[in-house]
Amino acid sequence: MSTALLQATTHEKKPSITKKKLLPYWLLAPGIIWLVIFFLVPIYQLISTSTQTQGYGIGTYVQTYRFSNFIDAITSSKAQLIRSFEYAFLATAFALIISYPLAYAVAFKSGRWKNTLLVLIVAPFFCSFLLRTVAWEQILGEQGLVIKFLRFAHIMGAQGHLTATPFAVVAGLTYNFLPFMTLPLYASLERIDIRMMEASGDLYANALTTFRKVTIPLSMPGVVAGTLLTFIPAAGDYINAELLGNPGTKMIGNVIEARYLEIVDYPGAAALSLILMVTILILVMAYVKRAGTEELV
Amino acid sequence: MVDASTSAHGDLTLKNLTKNFGDFIAVDDLDLVIPEGSFFALLGPSGCGKTTTLRMVAGLEEPTSGSIFIGNTDITYEKPYKRPVNTVFQNYALFPHLSIYENVAFGLRRRGVKDVDTQVQKALELVELTHLSSRKPNQLSGGQQQRIALARAIVNRPALLLLDEPLGALDLKLRRAMQIELKWIQTEVGITFVHVTHDQEEAMTMADTIAVMNEGKIEQMGSPADLYDDPRTAFVANFLGQSNLIKGLITDRADNSGIVDVFGTKLSLPTIRNHAHDSSVLLGIRPEKIRIAPAGAAMNGNILDGGVISDASYIGVSTQYQVEMPWGQELMVFEQNDDGTPPLAKGDPVVMSWEPIFTFGLAGDQDATAGSEANPDSE
Repeated sequence: MSTALLQATTHEKKPSITKKKLLPYWLLAPGIIWLVIFFLVPIYQLISTSTQTQGYGIGTYVQTYRFSNFIDAITSSKAQLIRSFEYAFLATAFALIISYPLAYAVAFKSGRWKNTLLVLIVAPFFCSFLLRTVAWEQILGEQGLVIKFLRFAHIMGAQGHLTATPFAVVAGLTYNFLPFMTLPLYASLERIDIRMMEASGDLYANALTTFRKVTIPLSMPGVVAGTLLTFIPAAGDYINAELLGNPGTKMIGNVIEARYLEIVDYPGAAALSLILMVTILILVMAYVKRAGTEELV
Repeated sequence: MVDASTSAHGDLTLKNLTKNFGDFIAVDDLDLVIPEGSFFALLGPSGCGKTTTLRMVAGLEEPTSGSIFIGNTDITYEKPYKRPVNTVFQNYALFPHLSIYENVAFGLRRRGVKDVDTQVQKALELVELTHLSSRKPNQLSGGQQQRIALARAIVNRPALLLLDEPLGALDLKLRRAMQIELKWIQTEVGITFVHVTHDQEEAMTMADTIAVMNEGKIEQMGSPADLYDDPRTAFVANFLGQSNLIKGLITDRADNSGIVDVFGTKLSLPTIRNHAHDSSVLLGIRPEKIRIAPAGAAMNGNILDGGVISDASYIGVSTQYQVEMPWGQELMVFEQNDDGTPPLAKGDPVVMSWEPIFTFGLAGDQDATAGSEANPDSE
């Protein structure tokens, strides 16, 4: 009886073996096609454009493998490139400082308010990024309450202003990417077993040592994820510098935007985009390696 | 770093210790002295307050009222990290980001101890896991993690080691082995162990003294043999092993033993084991103490006649019988399979007897089934 059954199943299996082997690839196909169309093709396009030169007429380019495009791009926009990473670094640092206590409070101290607080953290996403930045322009602007208060309190003189300053750009970046920092931090803090902290206290560590030796190391996956999610888009952002900054606070995103849309220098813009991408990639790889969170994630 | 409380040692004393969670009284006016160097078990069903008691001693829970002393030092409101107390947590709570070595060294480093390395090695040797010191906790088996949790606590030489259901997550065989090992380690290091468990076998194997807890109070405290042979309440009689408790009336009292009328049969009850406050009594006898024979056989001692076997299950070392008595109660009898006679069958009329010395008497006004539903052995 059982032998017959066994034979029946093996017999049934035989013709479908090749089909079975192919099945994973069929299941992966939509993803692969998506990646090819929306990632590989544009990347190829970008790389290819970056070494082209102006053809006859505006907006036409021919492939001449002019690698000095990269050198031109760097020399002409070095200041903005460095500034982008400076601002992104500052915004990431501020976001981390603001988010960690916030995420910690939501994860451990919020009790029944936990869900409400999480919704409030996500709430800004219900409104467009652009609109929110415009709103900040109003809030920090000449007619805004912040300026009025600062002048009233004599913290700022009559000539002082907040918009069109590096402060406003970094503040805008910090604000806009804050949820990207808070949510991964919250997720990794929330996963920490409360008994780890009890065990640490039991083993002679006071609250501060417990935080340093147990809570922070165990929340590292969230710190790494949050800082990456903040730093990467912040480094490439141009909206904040555009709306809250001045010509002296232009970031690399602004330069790329201008080259594409105003100067119509596609190769230059493509070269800058690639430089930005590769720099971020190298920084991120070095950072992840340094943080050494592979085992924890 | 070292102050009065961290270096305190001596007996652990709980005075009028109470803990309320809202309206729920988890621990109710508990008084207890645990002598220095003993292996003490707090045994009880879940929700009896044993873990809350332990957490208050560890400093993880603040008492509603009452106080906790180690020796003469009051540690009731001391911060956990200032108490000379270490805990082996229920699921070990090893730090996943630290190696085994660093886990064990954690407490020593916090106290700024000098020869961390020697002490860690010694602790790892004690639990025989020196070769795993560079691993991470998640690379270890449950039994190994358990031993590391123990090493991490013991290495600090606390005045008091608290064990919260330490063997609960292990399978039966490993649990048995660890029971023996824990007992050995306790004797070796001489630290006071306070062990919280709901497993009566675990408590009896390891502890010198067991306190049976129920509803926030201690029902009875004593050596395992004391508790088993001479339970004072129906809860203890049923929770620690199994008992037959039969309603009776004390009709005669003598110096050494009294006579109890049990549905018309006269049975003898040693006076020292009679804990009833008046003549109403629950007469107790453990199932394995009862001898059983076909009706009409000659018997001596306390004899109960008129039973009929309602269920018999052969389980190798013994046969377990349910015997229905004329008054409707089912009695349990565990009979060793050591005399070559064929087991009795369902429906057989039988006579039972036991040595009067094994009889115990409990106050007749309690629920005869108290504690049996909480006993994992008695389903």
